[in-house]
Amino acid sequence: MLRFENVSFRYAEDDFSMMEHLNFQVEDGEFATIIGASGCGKSTIFRLINGLEKLQQGRILVDERPVQELKNYSAFMPQKDLLFPWRTIEKNICLPMELAKTPKAEQEAKCKEVLEQVGLLAYAKKYPKDLSGGMKQRVAFARTLLSGADLLLLDEPFSALDYLTRVDMQEWLLHQWEHYHKTILFITHDVEEAVFLSKTIFIIQDRPFSKMERVEVPLPYPRNREDLKRPEIVELKEQLIEKLRRSVSL
Amino acid sequence: MRKHLPALLLAAALLVLWQIIAGIIDAAYILPSPTQICVRLWELREPLFLVHLPATMSVTGLGLLISIVLGVLLAVAMDWNPHIERALYPVIVASQTIPTTAIAPLFILWFGYSIWSKVLVTILITFFPIAITVFDGFKATKREMEELLLTYGASKREVFFKLKLPTALPNFFSAIKMAIPMSVIGAAIAEWLGAQEGLGYFSKRMMTQLDGAGVFAPVVLLSVAAMIAVGIVTVLEYKCIHWRKEI
Ligand SMILES: Nc1ncnc2c1ncn2[C@@H]1O[C@H](COP(=O)(O)OP(=O)(O)O)[C@@H](O)[C@H]1O
Ligand SMILES: [Mg+2]
Repeated sequence: MLRFENVSFRYAEDDFSMMEHLNFQVEDGEFATIIGASGCGKSTIFRLINGLEKLQQGRILVDERPVQELKNYSAFMPQKDLLFPWRTIEKNICLPMELAKTPKAEQEAKCKEVLEQVGLLAYAKKYPKDLSGGMKQRVAFARTLLSGADLLLLDEPFSALDYLTRVDMQEWLLHQWEHYHKTILFITHDVEEAVFLSKTIFIIQDRPFSKMERVEVPLPYPRNREDLKRPEIVELKEQLIEKLRRSVSL
Repeated sequence: MRKHLPALLLAAALLVLWQIIAGIIDAAYILPSPTQICVRLWELREPLFLVHLPATMSVTGLGLLISIVLGVLLAVAMDWNPHIERALYPVIVASQTIPTTAIAPLFILWFGYSIWSKVLVTILITFFPIAITVFDGFKATKREMEELLLTYGASKREVFFKLKLPTALPNFFSAIKMAIPMSVIGAAIAEWLGAQEGLGYFSKRMMTQLDGAGVFAPVVLLSVAAMIAVGIVTVLEYKCIHWRKEI
């Protein structure tokens, strides 16, 4: 589904590369997570996928086609909810469809359906200022869904939330993922979050990096919090933390 | 109302103080008392309200309208093209140091006593602050929001209308509220310099007659008019920007 082939990238301001000859692949319908210390280039991978940074070398393929030839292949959700404060929740959610010139009636129908699914139908006519942090992230997720792409790029979407809300949102997200069958590429620096959510974890350890170590989480879906206490999972978490600490001290 | 009580009390106290001092000085051509001004305002109500207030208000209104249109257009142009911004922005900022009122007589020279000499002074005083404030509003657009729109495939035009314009709206209202008193001052000064009607002109005429209360009356009228205009804009602003958290 998504494949990086020999991708190298360097910001014009920097005198060192961010990544060199990077190869990795994410399968259809997979929940994959990228972890790494902050500043190691996780967000840059997303910016390359969604075209905010120009590809300098190599190829990024979605369904075997270079992304430059594609439109609306990925939907990006940043850390901050970035809801437009002057738009109602409903209008915020419709924004990607509005830009895609989707007919009004279809917009309304889809918006209603997704609001119901994320449990915020009662808030359709409210403004972002009336919602809590967790609710705003749900709205932002709904907006991301309705851009219509099958590949969702979620960049630390819960890192600004308090712990309990974050835990709730993680369970909620898995539920949504099972419902919508989208491919999710998720960024976090929280190892527990990565282990709980993903099937596959990619670890960035070097700078510049040319590969990401790939780790499979040995847990079936649906999951629950109790699973995190299994000895092999605790062990996995420890290993991951160790790897990240080593990379930070580099 | 509670919130404004201290300010109202202070204003009342100052008026009383003024009244007392004016009573002590007892020379209306130097310092007329508030009550004398009110009486004069009433006596002069016909020429003031029927001739001079409308004259000044049309200069102010026309000047302000043109300023807003031109100022916003200039802000849009600077936002649209970085070359225009780099060329114009420093010039505009520098031009703010020119004492516009000092060169106002020139306009009287060029356009005579017609309304346009006054309108031009008003425009010159208000145009640049409006352009700069609105432009700064566009610049306040969050880059992440812009990028998010780009990932949705938005064009430059769509980014402008769906993001920059709403972002700049609070600045737009601030600009107008700031420009209203400035435009009133501009109009009054221009009339003072050369006109056949208007509150500035009227005030000057009373001056030559050493009628202190008569000088003040149109000034009071000007202030009240400006305050009412700012009040109306504030209400409009509140209606347009109700989504803001701070309000
Ligand atoms: N637009 C940019 N221009 C130049 N350097 C950038 C830009 N964005 C990020 N960087 C630099 O690249 C590095 C990696 O950034 P990023 O991909 O955001 O890391 P992460 O998401 O892993 O925290 C940072 O050190 C940052 O300083
Ligand atoms: Mg990041």
